[in-house]
Amino acid sequence: MNPVPFVTALAAVALILVARRLRDPAPKILLPLATAVIFVCGWQIAADAARYELRDKDGAFVRMVEIFPTPWSTLVGMWIPITDGTLLRYTVASVFRVAAGFALAAGIAIPLGLWAGWNLRGFQALNPLVQALRPISPIAWIPVAILWFGVKDSAAIFLIALASFFPIVTGTMTAVRTIPVVYVRSAQNFGLEGFELFRRVVLPASMPQIITSLRFALGIAWMVIVAAEMIAVDSGLGYLVMDARNANYYDRVVGAMITIGIIGILLDLGMRRLETLDEVRWGFPKVQGEAAAERVRTALVRKAATPARERAEVRS
Amino acid sequence: MTAPATPSIATPTQDRARAGAPAKIVVRGVSKVFQRKMDELEALAGIDLDVQAGEFVCLLGPSGCGKSTLLNIVGGFENQTQGIVHVDGEPVTGPDPRRVFVFQEYGIFPWASVWDNIALGLRGRPKDEVARITQHYLELVGLKGFEKSFPEELSGGMRQRVAVARALAVSPDIVLMDEPLGALDSLTRLQMRGEILRLWQREKMTILFVTHDVDESVQLADRVVVMSPRPGRIAEIVPVNLPHPRDIGSPEYGRIKNRLYELLGVSHAI
Repeated sequence: MNPVPFVTALAAVALILVARRLRDPAPKILLPLATAVIFVCGWQIAADAARYELRDKDGAFVRMVEIFPTPWSTLVGMWIPITDGTLLRYTVASVFRVAAGFALAAGIAIPLGLWAGWNLRGFQALNPLVQALRPISPIAWIPVAILWFGVKDSAAIFLIALASFFPIVTGTMTAVRTIPVVYVRSAQNFGLEGFELFRRVVLPASMPQIITSLRFALGIAWMVIVAAEMIAVDSGLGYLVMDARNANYYDRVVGAMITIGIIGILLDLGMRRLETLDEVRWGFPKVQGEAAAERVRTALVRKAATPARERAEVRS
Repeated sequence: MTAPATPSIATPTQDRARAGAPAKIVVRGVSKVFQRKMDELEALAGIDLDVQAGEFVCLLGPSGCGKSTLLNIVGGFENQTQGIVHVDGEPVTGPDPRRVFVFQEYGIFPWASVWDNIALGLRGRPKDEVARITQHYLELVGLKGFEKSFPEELSGGMRQRVAVARALAVSPDIVLMDEPLGALDSLTRLQMRGEILRLWQREKMTILFVTHDVDESVQLADRVVVMSPRPGRIAEIVPVNLPHPRDIGSPEYGRIKNRLYELLGVSHAI
């Protein structure tokens, strides 16, 4: 048995355990990296354990057979898709479909949600239908999409639009409906009405929640595209997973999964950038929140360590 | 608006001394009933009040006495169930920039800079005029240098100053303040009271100020309207004939304070 992954994983665990004694602040990358190392080591150990010896009919050893790819064989297996451009092409295909479907959904859902959030009758008319359709998994729509659009890009784009639409329209409606009354009253007090009220108050007041719903919808869209591509088209990362499985290239299945994860993180990071704009920053938990919590913690520790008499002096 | 038994505009007895000058705000026989699921809630009953132009009047009472409801009615945000509310001899039909509200939770827009917040009520005026007025009130409330800041970067007191500047920028006749200092710490609150007085003496507008703080009302008001709860009624109107700045240690100040505590049914000496 190969001792290397065990030793490496233990070292990473030890690093996490002693991290609070490291210099302050510890490099931001250190702890996530340690966790990743433990995960990869666990993967290596599990893949090693699942290997078996292939022997010929005389019982002579031929070679080790992998049931599940190790991290290294995954990398090796991905070499061809990476170098011949297939991986890039498929990634672009998936991202394009998500972008198109997501933009389509946002373009319809945001105006619709704003209207139905502001207009009580609109809400009463629209909301029950939205809530009834929302729990239907987009996966269930795949046969319908193929029937309507055929095995084409448009089928996948339709599914993505459908998957993104409901979270965005629901989030936008809720955002408008929960605008604090004090903002609306202030606006009315200063004579804002009609489109100006909408542009200067309703839209900016609901923007943080709309951005949150967009971020949420994009996460769902990225999950759905993989499922959609497995069935409804013949390119993209989801197709790569399914195609590699059919050819019994499990190293490529895992490689495609990792690529899907990485692109997913990048998309989410992109959406989070929106949260830092001046006009919407107020609606999100502060980035300083962590620092503030840390200050409170140290203050509490210090207070507990200070004798009562000293504390009284500090107060006076 | 028109109630079955319309009360007359005649000045009520308690404001007899001020009869002659037409009142800025006239409230006659105003009652307010909120419809709830199972029953009705009578928030205000038989309110008569005259507020003169340039007067500083505090509405004082425990929570639930309807003082904020009365302010909302005068501001045009809510309709009275019965009675008359006139401002400058005209019935109040809705919110109006001549009567500006300052809310306890500030009501300034977190998505807009300090500058844009203060300039909110100046839309449609020439650019240089907007800039001049905004600059003036920005400086008046001591926020010079913060024009590009966003409200979340400011302290509670500074945010309330933005709200006050935004209100004053439209040169309102009347400023309606609904516990504007309620969310501030006690030192900032004291300081803000001084600033509100200073601005009032300078701009000479009429102020209707809701509070449940006895000290606040005695420090600020020309007259304190004491309200009693369920339904909200005016228990008594107590004049505060003390010059500003007020000596909070003077016997007269203490006497008025005691009287207010007595009307509120609380013992001053605890």
